[in-house]
Amino acid sequence: MHGFPWWPPTASAYATRVNFLFSSLLIIAALTVGLVIFLLAFFATKYRHGSNAVRHQPTKKTWRWEVGWTTASLLIFVGLAVWGGDLYVHLYNPPPNAMQIFIVGKQWMWKAQHPGGQREIDELHVPVDEDVRLVMASQDVIHSFFIPALRIKQDVVPGRYETMWFRADKVGRYHLFCAEYCGTDHAHMGGWIYVMSPRDFADWLQAQGGQQTLAAQGERLFRSYGCSGCHEPGGTVRAPSLEGVFGGPVPLSDGSVVTADEHYIRDSILNPQAQVAAGYQPVMPTFAGQISEDDLAKLVAYIESVGPKRSGAR
Amino acid sequence: MHAPRSQNYLNATVGIRSWLLTTDHKRIALLYFAGITFFFLIGGIAATLIRLELITPQPDLGSPDFYNRLFTMHGIIMVWFFLIPSIPTTMGNFMIPLMIGARDLAFPRLNLLSWYLYIAGGLITIAALLLGGVDTGWTFYEPYSTFYATGYLILAVFGIFVAGFSSILTGLNFIVTVHKLRAPGMTWYRLPVFVWSTYATSLILVLATPVLAMTLLMLLAERVLHVGIVSPQRGGDPLLFQHMFWFYSHPAVYIMILPSMGVISEVVPCFSGKPLFGYYFVVWCSIAIAAIGFLVWGHHMFVAGMSLYASLAFSFLSYLVAVPSAIKVFNWVATMHEGWIRFDAPMLYAFGFIGLFTIGGLTGLMLAALAVDVQVTDTYFVVAHFHYIMVGGAVMGFFAGLHYWWPKISGRLYPDYWARFAAILAFFGFNLTFFPQFILGYLGMPRRYQSYPPEFQIWNVLSSAGASILAVGYALPLFYLAWSILKGPRASADPWGATGLEWTTSSPPPTKNFPKIPTVIRPPYQYDQGVPCTQSKDG
Repeated sequence: MHGFPWWPPTASAYATRVNFLFSSLLIIAALTVGLVIFLLAFFATKYRHGSNAVRHQPTKKTWRWEVGWTTASLLIFVGLAVWGGDLYVHLYNPPPNAMQIFIVGKQWMWKAQHPGGQREIDELHVPVDEDVRLVMASQDVIHSFFIPALRIKQDVVPGRYETMWFRADKVGRYHLFCAEYCGTDHAHMGGWIYVMSPRDFADWLQAQGGQQTLAAQGERLFRSYGCSGCHEPGGTVRAPSLEGVFGGPVPLSDGSVVTADEHYIRDSILNPQAQVAAGYQPVMPTFAGQISEDDLAKLVAYIESVGPKRSGAR
Repeated sequence: MHAPRSQNYLNATVGIRSWLLTTDHKRIALLYFAGITFFFLIGGIAATLIRLELITPQPDLGSPDFYNRLFTMHGIIMVWFFLIPSIPTTMGNFMIPLMIGARDLAFPRLNLLSWYLYIAGGLITIAALLLGGVDTGWTFYEPYSTFYATGYLILAVFGIFVAGFSSILTGLNFIVTVHKLRAPGMTWYRLPVFVWSTYATSLILVLATPVLAMTLLMLLAERVLHVGIVSPQRGGDPLLFQHMFWFYSHPAVYIMILPSMGVISEVVPCFSGKPLFGYYFVVWCSIAIAAIGFLVWGHHMFVAGMSLYASLAFSFLSYLVAVPSAIKVFNWVATMHEGWIRFDAPMLYAFGFIGLFTIGGLTGLMLAALAVDVQVTDTYFVVAHFHYIMVGGAVMGFFAGLHYWWPKISGRLYPDYWARFAAILAFFGFNLTFFPQFILGYLGMPRRYQSYPPEFQIWNVLSSAGASILAVGYALPLFYLAWSILKGPRASADPWGATGLEWTTSSPPPTKNFPKIPTVIRPPYQYDQGVPCTQSKDG
């Protein structure tokens, strides 16, 4: 056995802030439970049947007490809701220049693809003190990417991208779990996150071998799946050029405007009829069921790389 | 014993037919007791095996598929065939007509039909679990259930679907009964809180259970008829399933806890010899919980991929629903102030309820804090939290009510010494079982794991040790209550000095409940210097 671990490792500034909130909630809970148990014990002793403590006529104006503790509970609760919500909003605001790693979950493993094309399974190597953004997809059922030491977790729902970001500030090895039940080997779907010093991380990337970057692999797919036949100048069919598109606004044929983020690129490949760019015919065939999540990630990385300057793919 | 007892509902007619075809609400309640006990036993055996398995970090008892079937069975049986029907169908069925001064429920034959639906649904589900089990967890998340689940999912889901109609009909029966069959003078504000909270529960049963039926039909339509609704593989949205599922399953938590709150609101004034503090607030808190409880389902989905703004709204609403629960706890405690407090077994269970429910509620506040929820959702923290509410709360309340009304139901007294011992044992066993799971949860141990990292072992060992104590605490009543039926001393009409109408008739009551319909002259829980003043003028 391993002693009595009572507090998880804390490996980011965000995790420290969650600790503070959680500890405050623990103190509030302990005080409340303490008060309730003290009153129960005190009344039970003092007013036990047969004791000669003084009893007055039961109070009639109970509403003063009721209003008192209702108001107190409500104020404390609203405060807690605001505090918990404020921290949570942080998770939805990734910094603009985060390093981007694609994650694919499937029964029962996590696959990661680094911008440089390095791949790993059930492990994730990241540099310390650097913003990392995960773009996650599932190939089958719902999984949940959970790193307790960073206090972050996100369900990965099949059919769309989910994103999450963190900035680890302590070098070390931390648990990676799947937190959403996903079948037979759910308990074995996980491994380790390695938070490394910049030099160690660079060495690790190097040691993975000199493969093509994710974007370069995507470019190759862009040709082999035939995308370039229409989306590059001189194509047989008139289709929007994808250069400079990523991250900007795209006017649609129904008059609305969407942002060309990874969600939009993904949907446009798999379900092209849903959001057609203004001025173009809905002639693109769907690629649903023909492109794996791994290849989708490469295509997205490529389209991102030919977009305007966004150093997401470093 | 010596003199032949007067006729009562138990000896009025004899033979198996007189039980299986009865329309007497009291006999149907006993039929439900038999069903509830059976399903609690099955669910408990599954729980025991789970705790045995988790003593060591590696698989011991069977394959991962075996373990997955085990916790699915535990969840399905405990939620739908024990917790949801537990108090309403047994003590609610037995006591509501007695407490409002009626001769039966409004629809006695519908009541019997409800029992048959419950048993039929239960047996179908048990058959599914024995034939090969189900490996989805009790939540049936999609697209797992449609494309990846093995085993007898369709049969199990059909069983739950059938049992749902039992819930709906029972709720309907209670609502009509409370509206139409109150005795003369029994105004709404003279109703005991147990009747109010069962009434609130019935509203949820009638309004929420149909949504469960729809959700299960959606699942069947996808899996059997290949209609695309909630699976992305067929163009559906998995979150739609979660929204529908929790729209039922969160209010279902209040179906489990509200009746227990009602029991505690009866027991605490009785054993404090004092009126319930803040009767009106406790009553309206039950209704508020039933109403706001419909607006908080999204807090099960804070990491599921819902919109940020939905999460913020559901977090706020979840804090809001905690207010009426907090008010109730304060009112029970305040009731004891300047009382004449006795420590019979029902009161000890009530103490246990208040302590455990408070911890369950406060950890619920932690879960409602969005950033904390991200860390502890889908971990053992959540498992511990809902067991504090549903086992520490609802089951403690069940035992409090069982011990409180047992003399009325059976006409016999049980050995109080053993009952108090069982209550204390269950309290300590419960805390040892589930408190370590809070620590495991914040450490990050996910739920539904058969194997886990070795550093989590010590807390799992403590939890399993606690479970063995808890099991003894829950098994003991089976023995001394059985003993009391055979050998227990006869109970008087009002052995506790309580004030409700149910205590004005003999123990056990005659088939028609009252020789003459009582006339109610005062609110419940009236005591004069600790001496009860019954609600009817004949009492």
